[in-house]
Amino acid sequence: MNDKVTLMKGNEALAMAMIRYGAVCTSTSSPGFSLMQEGVSYLAASEVPALLINVQRGGPGLGTIHASQADYFQACKGGGHGDYHMIVLAPSSVQEMADMVALGFDLAFKYRCVSMILADGTIGQLMEKVVLPEQRPRRTDDEIRQQCPWAVNGRKGMRPSNVVTSLELDDDKMEENNWRFQACYREIEKNETRCELIDTEDCDYLITAFGTTARVAMKTMELARAEGIKVGMFRPITLWPFPEKQLREAAKNVKGILCVELNAGQMVEDVKLAVECKMPVEHYGRFGGNVPTPDELLNVLKEKLINK
Amino acid sequence: MINEIVIAGFGGQGVLSMGKILAYSGLMEDKEVCWLPSYGPEQRGGTANVTVIVSDERISSPVLNTYDVVVVLNQQSLDKFESKVKPGGILMYDTYGIHKKPTRTDIKIYPIDATEKSIEMKNSKTFNMIVLGSMLKVRPMVTIESVLKALKKTLPERHWHLIPLNEEALKEGGNLIKE
Repeated sequence: MNDKVTLMKGNEALAMAMIRYGAVCTSTSSPGFSLMQEGVSYLAASEVPALLINVQRGGPGLGTIHASQADYFQACKGGGHGDYHMIVLAPSSVQEMADMVALGFDLAFKYRCVSMILADGTIGQLMEKVVLPEQRPRRTDDEIRQQCPWAVNGRKGMRPSNVVTSLELDDDKMEENNWRFQACYREIEKNETRCELIDTEDCDYLITAFGTTARVAMKTMELARAEGIKVGMFRPITLWPFPEKQLREAAKNVKGILCVELNAGQMVEDVKLAVECKMPVEHYGRFGGNVPTPDELLNVLKEKLINK
Repeated sequence: MINEIVIAGFGGQGVLSMGKILAYSGLMEDKEVCWLPSYGPEQRGGTANVTVIVSDERISSPVLNTYDVVVVLNQQSLDKFESKVKPGGILMYDTYGIHKKPTRTDIKIYPIDATEKSIEMKNSKTFNMIVLGSMLKVRPMVTIESVLKALKKTLPERHWHLIPLNEEALKEGGNLIKE
């Protein structure tokens, strides 16, 4: 197959510098993603589509090689400088990991923005049944010229030069650029918010979780229901834009929410904002590569919300 | 029917590959499967374990705390996982190097001489397939035919000539179970 190109770069900062001129995909694990933050900001400001994949490991620092979800803030609230957002996709199965590659590219090209897959060490190591989507052929240079009029791949005299840059020293023009970016983010919020709801119609308690912890919590839900405790599950698939309307609706009649994460409490802030703190919202986190077990979460649910 | 299994031992004993072949065997029968390894940065010598789930229904959590079947291949793993067998579940261990035997009475315990058998077969690499053969005799969650198909699927073609030896090891493993 000569339509696939894989390049190996010396480090993450260099990889990002290349991506700015290539509209491609790169992957890394947490410390590497920190190195990429300058490039993410430049990509967002240059309006160049790219797909980034962070399979999170436990930090801070070099930390551990095992699973973590402690890069939620970095991914969703902007790890680089300036006002920008990435579309953040959170897979909780191998099938979703595979499907989100195509989805991530499509969204990045649709909005000329950066999208990312925020996975974790457990999903990264997991093997499951997967049906691979059909491979799409690489676009020809002419197709790129037609479909991406902003691309810098040679004009052939058809139109004025394209310039890809994040630099704009005229304040008014830079403000205008920012308004354009923000308008794009509002469009994304309107159109691309995704989530999964499980047994939320009749539930008394709601668990919110993404990625690996969502899978663990699904089993907790089964265990709880076997004991007669009505637990539902709210799993954001896009972490940004955060599905706040859907959560508000799902949480309407619940007695409490437990937000489970592999961090000290990050997504829980968005959960509280979404439900406007109208009911108790508790957080439970594990760190250092440790993942909670289903029965552990059931005990936490009882302790923090049910038997309180 | 759901089978929640953990296989634990030293790195290099074939723990992860045994789990992988079991998961692929389930796949050959169109079951839902899941394989989650747990090991340190080292490849050999450290402890390694793998959770395998073979199920007729959608699998929720790949991370578990109790198991239907626990297969342990050294003392350290036996100490760690004996308490994690579900009541009525199965604990299988290789007898080689075990000085402190399991004591639970609410589970079924199967000691097997798999290391000894692999020495008898003059190929220490047959070890994990002997263990798998024993496990499938006790809990036949997939057929031996599916395991052979899985071996063909997971092994590169240059190793296919070893499949008959693996088949023999699976059979010998089954014979270690006497009930």
